[in-house]
Amino acid sequence: MKKIINAPGDVVLECAEGFVAAYGDQYEMVPETAGIKVKNMKDKPALVIGGGTGHEPMFEFFLGENLADASACGNIFASPDPGTIFRTAMSVDRGQGVLFVYGNYTGDNMNFDMAAEMLEEEGIPSRTVRVTDDIASAPKDRLYDRRGIAGDFFVIRIAGAATASGLSLDEAFRVTEKANQNTFTIGVGLSGATIPGEEKPIFTLPDGEIEFGLGIHGEPGVKRTKLLPADELVDNLYENLLADSGIQAGDCVCCYVNGLGSTTLMELCIMNRRLRQLLERDGIQIHDMEVNSLVTTQEMAGASITLMKVDDELKRYYDTPCTSPYYTRR
Amino acid sequence: MKTLSYSAACHMLMACADEIIKSKPYLTEIDSKIGDGDHGIGMAGGMQKALSKLETMADGENVYDLFQAMGKTMLMSMGGASGVIFGTFFSGGAKGKEPSAALDARAFAQLMADSLAEVQRQGKAEVGDKTMVDALKPAVDAMSAYAGEDLVEMLSLAEEAAKEGVEQTKQYVAKFGRAKSLMERAIGYQDAGATSIWIILRAMRDDLKAQEEEGIAQ
Repeated sequence: MKKIINAPGDVVLECAEGFVAAYGDQYEMVPETAGIKVKNMKDKPALVIGGGTGHEPMFEFFLGENLADASACGNIFASPDPGTIFRTAMSVDRGQGVLFVYGNYTGDNMNFDMAAEMLEEEGIPSRTVRVTDDIASAPKDRLYDRRGIAGDFFVIRIAGAATASGLSLDEAFRVTEKANQNTFTIGVGLSGATIPGEEKPIFTLPDGEIEFGLGIHGEPGVKRTKLLPADELVDNLYENLLADSGIQAGDCVCCYVNGLGSTTLMELCIMNRRLRQLLERDGIQIHDMEVNSLVTTQEMAGASITLMKVDDELKRYYDTPCTSPYYTRR
Repeated sequence: MKTLSYSAACHMLMACADEIIKSKPYLTEIDSKIGDGDHGIGMAGGMQKALSKLETMADGENVYDLFQAMGKTMLMSMGGASGVIFGTFFSGGAKGKEPSAALDARAFAQLMADSLAEVQRQGKAEVGDKTMVDALKPAVDAMSAYAGEDLVEMLSLAEEAAKEGVEQTKQYVAKFGRAKSLMERAIGYQDAGATSIWIILRAMRDDLKAQEEEGIAQ
């Protein structure tokens, strides 16, 4: 796979350096890490997000006004180490504790938990929300085994608004976990992704075939089918989402169609058009719709649909304006 | 070889690092089948850092310091589940041990057994979960059961048990890591972490054997 990189081992750091080169008025590197923090940290519980690099803009760049305060970045698709997470948290702690939000993966869980223990030894309280939106990754009776994918976007937005709103760490944690419990995603992959510096993609799909329930690290999905027209594909994803989430007529949702990297905005909009038709047909109220590629997997082709069921409280935090270089909502 | 001296242990651990670094493409290929393909990259990166650390530790007196330094370097640089688990594999058993200038077969088997216990405390995996424990547990069992005094012979038994453990992982559904989403679709593929354990034990055995033949160690 052709990629514009230097040494593969320098990809993560050089990527962050390029971001700071552009937006250095508001952001700076977290010392001794490849992560980034906001320059003017306010007095509030700190929101630290993170995970493997390679999903840009998610994690690394999802920082700003009413978004996260710092990102702890690991290698491509691999969790950061405990020291990196600890330093990142320390760099933004203002004495009101740290809220960690990240996708639910074995590696992230172990490393963030170790960092949380290190913070505790320093007398800094932390709370953790592990995003578990991917309904295809584990059955309903094992919610704790579900991965975090594009739903990171909704959960981190709510966490950003909540931590900036004057809530205590515990209250911000409660609201964020509520957002997580109400966020459901399912995706489909069309072609694999290649880790920078590697020759071969993580997986390949035969022409005309798609993979249901893929992860955002190019993990193979749970079911392979032939490529379907957009409407049929969306119908299929939507039915799975409704069956799993129990979302029904009268409920109110925020929707997000996420592209995985190389799927075009054109295709995502075609999907979203169908999604709106289905929700309206079924009497599900649409609070907001977003079409974007915020949680990507390098040049992987594919998309996911996320529904977050919202009540008045979640709507209030969702409607809080937020700003960052790659995602802004007025 | 009846005792593992400080310098022999340092040499052996560097050989482990070399072997893993050499095996990076192989580990990547295995992990790509059911994981996300980053195991080899992570392990090689951590081992590179560990190697640099070990190079600064040529003079020392406590064998356990070497294992601790290697593990801690991996833990604090790798990230991923592998960083915690393989870092703990090297450092977990050495933690809190009385300083020692050399290890006999008994002490080495105990070190590995204590590391396994610490890995399982951190990772919660049991045999059959398609993790590195599937290779490490039988290897530790083989070392614990070994009544002789020869480290090379003991490590040969451990290596054979680990290799068999890797084979066994092909039959398992994954309970941890990214392969768990695949459920029965993970069957037929070996676990990359278990493979790394086998490579490490093989490197230990091969290096001690070579050291013995070269007469470096007694």
